[in-house]
Formats: sequence, C-alpha cells, structure tokens
Amino acid sequence: MTTLDASRALTPQAYMQGLSRWQPIEIIFWLATLLPFWLFPTYLSLASQIAITALFALSLDLILGYAGIVSLGHAAFFGFGAYSAGIFSKFAWSEPISGLIAAALLTGLLGYASSFIISRFRHLTLIMITLGLGLLLKEAANSAHWLTGGSDGLQGVSIAPVFGLFKFDLYGRTAYGYSLGVLFIVFLFARRLINSPFGLALRGIRENFVRMPAIGADSRAHIRKVYTISAIVAGIAGALLAQTTQTVALEVLSFERSADVVVMLVLGGAGRLYGGLIGAAVYMIARDQFSGIAPQYWYFWIGALLVMVVTLLPNGILGGLSKLLKRWSRR
Amino acid sequence: MSAVALSARGLQKSFGSLAVARDINIDLPVGARYALIGPNGAGKTTLINLMTGLLTPNAGQITLGGEDVTALRPQARVKRGLARTFQINTLFAGLNPLEAVTLAVCERRGIADRFWQNIAGNKDAIEEAYGILARLKLGDACYQTTRELPYGRQRLLEIALALATKPKVLLLDEPAAGVPVEESGEIFEVVASLSDELTLLFIEHDMHVVFRFATHIIVLVGGAIFTQGSPAEIAADPGVREVYLGTRKHG
Repeated sequence: MTTLDASRALTPQAYMQGLSRWQPIEIIFWLATLLPFWLFPTYLSLASQIAITALFALSLDLILGYAGIVSLGHAAFFGFGAYSAGIFSKFAWSEPISGLIAAALLTGLLGYASSFIISRFRHLTLIMITLGLGLLLKEAANSAHWLTGGSDGLQGVSIAPVFGLFKFDLYGRTAYGYSLGVLFIVFLFARRLINSPFGLALRGIRENFVRMPAIGADSRAHIRKVYTISAIVAGIAGALLAQTTQTVALEVLSFERSADVVVMLVLGGAGRLYGGLIGAAVYMIARDQFSGIAPQYWYFWIGALLVMVVTLLPNGILGGLSKLLKRWSRR
Repeated sequence: MSAVALSARGLQKSFGSLAVARDINIDLPVGARYALIGPNGAGKTTLINLMTGLLTPNAGQITLGGEDVTALRPQARVKRGLARTFQINTLFAGLNPLEAVTLAVCERRGIADRFWQNIAGNKDAIEEAYGILARLKLGDACYQTTRELPYGRQRLLEIALALATKPKVLLLDEPAAGVPVEESGEIFEVVASLSDELTLLFIEHDMHVVFRFATHIIVLVGGAIFTQGSPAEIAADPGVREVYLGTRKHG
C-alpha cells in the first residue's frame, strides 16, 4: 500500500489492477500445498484436516478480518454443514459433490436467516448473540437424536468415490486431494470477493462504521450479504469434514471449535486472506506435536503460543512477516 | 426568490431537559453559501446531525428539494443528494484516498454490492474518484494510507468523500477545524471553488473566513436561531457581538 516510488508513475487504474495481481509467493504457497503427497504420505489425514480447518478460518476471515464482525459461534455453520452433508448422504445419495453443494445451500439459508439479527448489532452484544446461537444449535442437534445421532454421533455416512473414480482411502490421499481442491476453488472466489467493490465496502465497514452511511452505504445490507457468504463457506468446510471422515460428531458444533477458529485467524493474521490458512496450519501442526508430547496439557502450549503471537506480532504471523519483509527490502 | 434546496421547519430536539434545537426554521436556496455560527454548545453540529438523519428530531420536518425526508435514514438522504463532512475526521484510516473515494463512488453508482467483479474492472469509477482527488490537490497522495496523511490533507479528504456522493446540498462541519490558520485558507479556497449549483452550509469559527466566503450568516445560540442576515448585517448587529463575539473587556 505504501510502495510509493513504484506506484507514483502508475495510473490509478493500473494501481488498482496491481492490488489484485497474483504474487509469486502466492503461487509458491499453492504449489507447496501439494508437497505432502510426496513428503508426508503418512500425514495426509492431518493435511486434509488442515485444509478443512483452513477453509473454516477463511470463512471467518471474510466477516471478522474484512467486515470486523466478531463471532464466537461460527461453528454453528461448520456443524450445520457437516450434519447436512452427513444426513444428505444417508437419506438422499452418496455422491460427494452434489452433497457438498446441498450442504452449502442449506447452510446458506441458515446464515441468511441469522444475518437479519447479526446485522443489527455490534461489539459485545454481537459476540454474545453469535455465542448464544452457537450453543442453541448444538443443543438442538443433541436433542434431535433421531436425526443426528445426538451425542453418539451420526453413523452410517458413506460417501461414493469423487468423480466416481477416487475412493476415500485409509491414508487420506483422496481426502486431502478433495479438501485441497475445494479449498482452492473457494479461495479463488474469496480472493475475487475481497478485490471487488463489495470487498472494498467491507473494508469500509471495518475501518469506519460511522462514515459508511454518510457516503450513502447501507452497511446492514452489506453485512447480511457477507454473513450469508461466510456461512456458506463454513458450511462447505463442515461438509468436507463429514464426507472425508464419514462420520459427524456433536463436537462439530462445539464452542471450542468456534473459539479455536478465532485463535487460528488471530495467529495467522486477520484480514489478509492467507492469515486463516497459515494460522490453521500452524495451529493444527502445533496441536499434533504438542499432544504427542503431553496429551492432556497441549492447550497450555496453544495458550502460550497465542499470548506470544498477539503481544509480539499484533497483526499475526503474516503481519509480522510482511513487516520484516518491508524492513528487509528497505535496506 | 430562487428554489429551496434544503429546509427545516420547526425542528425540535432535546436530550432530557436540555433543549438542543428549539423551533429551528431554515431555508437554503439552491446554490447558497451559508455560514452557521454560534458559541460552543449552541447546537450547530446537532443541527447538521438532525438534517442528515444521525439524530431524529422530536418535532419538525426536513425537506430536500421539496421532498419530505424526515423519516429517511442517513444513507437514503445521501442518495437523494444530501452530504456532510465531520468536524472530527471520520475517515477510513486503513484505506488510501483512492480506495476510499472509489468506494464512495461505487456506493453512489449502486455497484458496491458486486462481489463477483474485480474493482479494477470499474475503470470509470476509479477515474472519477481520481478526478475528485486531483481537484482537491490530493492526486499525489492518493496511494498513501489515510492515517499517514498530514492532518490538513485528511481534512480535504473529508470533503472529497462527501463530493463523491455527488451532493446537491453539502453541509460542512468546520472543514478547517484544527488546521493552522495559514492552511485553513487553502481549504476554503477549495470550498469556494465548488460548483455554483452546489448548495453549501458551513460551520466556522474564524470570522474572517465567514465574512469572506459566506453570502448569508445564521447565528445559533442555545439551540435557537438568534438572528440571520447578510455578512454586513451580522457584522453590524450589536446583539451578535454581545452573544457571540463577547463584550467583555479584556485585561
């Protein structure tokens, strides 16, 4: 944003074009996501979990990082998507991609309905509302034993091979390939969104909520829209989990899941598109390693990591990296 | 008498027992250059908040181009051509001026909800935004993050954002507030250079500036209109001197 010398000669149009141009580092990042297939073939299940969680974090980034809407109940949409996909496969058919789309649409409806409440509130009230809605949905799923299996989890989910070719295997090859593919496609959509006029309006809401009406903007309509989109993305992430693990536990709707995803986003750097992806990877790998060392106390280390990152790197890992890069390039 | 762009009829507003607007009647003719003056706490900003819809009056009516807008929300009034600036910078701190003004242009054009379109594809919206910035001498600063801009330039950006809504009526709340005297003239030169068709009402404390740029002055005291008239009339009014300029002897 402050590359003054390079941009001074640019026309405003070329400058705006430049903001959405693919950077080499981005291409390297996406190529690197393919490495686990060769480097860590025994960790592909974890890689698949990371891709799914990254997608979930991306959905939160759209509302929290870009529009400044804090949610402590985002697992509601993740879990709703997971149950939708699981139940769909049980009672309709087992083809995964149509199941994914069905889950996305259903979650979108739930997101759209709740967006009317969400868009009316801000700050602490909003946090409490999202928290409340999350708890509400979890108990609803718990009590609807006949449909969800309650605390026993949803059993009997079976998913047909992707494109009729790739069977979900024990090693998670298909799971990772499928999750990564969906993550990439949704990421492309999110990337376009944040570089769109709508994305600019979201940043406007985040930067100054009071000014928005004074430039003629209907912030509530914008918030309803992005909240619905975010719910859809979270629903897709949940559906991926249900499909790749072929089961749904009540945990998908838990408060911990809502809180964890906020932590990941803050770790990685909110409002940076890649922040959620990096945060999810760091968090999941740290959890995997720490729980190997001390299975009962791994949250201790997550806590330590969180405190360290937010005190030393207020804009997350990515914020810290970009600051370092700037300092380095100035030399 | 020319057509009325904005009018307030019998505006009343009180916070508890404190009346901040008492039976205010104002008519702004099209193309007017009106100044709103008065001591601190007279209710000048409150009046702008009432007219733009940030506050709801207890009684009274606001019409914009003959249309009753009293019940409309602020953004709907902006869409009908009523814009304002803020006394305290109310900017998009993390955006640069080009992004901020492009956003305002997109909102006006009704394309700010397009999430499927690259912003860079809206070349004429960007062109228009840059045009506004260049007119306000912000062209060379348009890629710099707003919070890093010098204060005087931020004041100009306040005006740029309002202009991007293509207002018919523009209410300027102390456009040069906090700017050193030598720079405030620059800001008012910009204000003076705005189109003659634009109806202007501005709040200002510096009487030199008021007498130089206003064609008509409204004096507000204690939430009510004390008097109004041409600069010459106001300057000669002993009552205004007393309530506003003060008659206390210094020393």
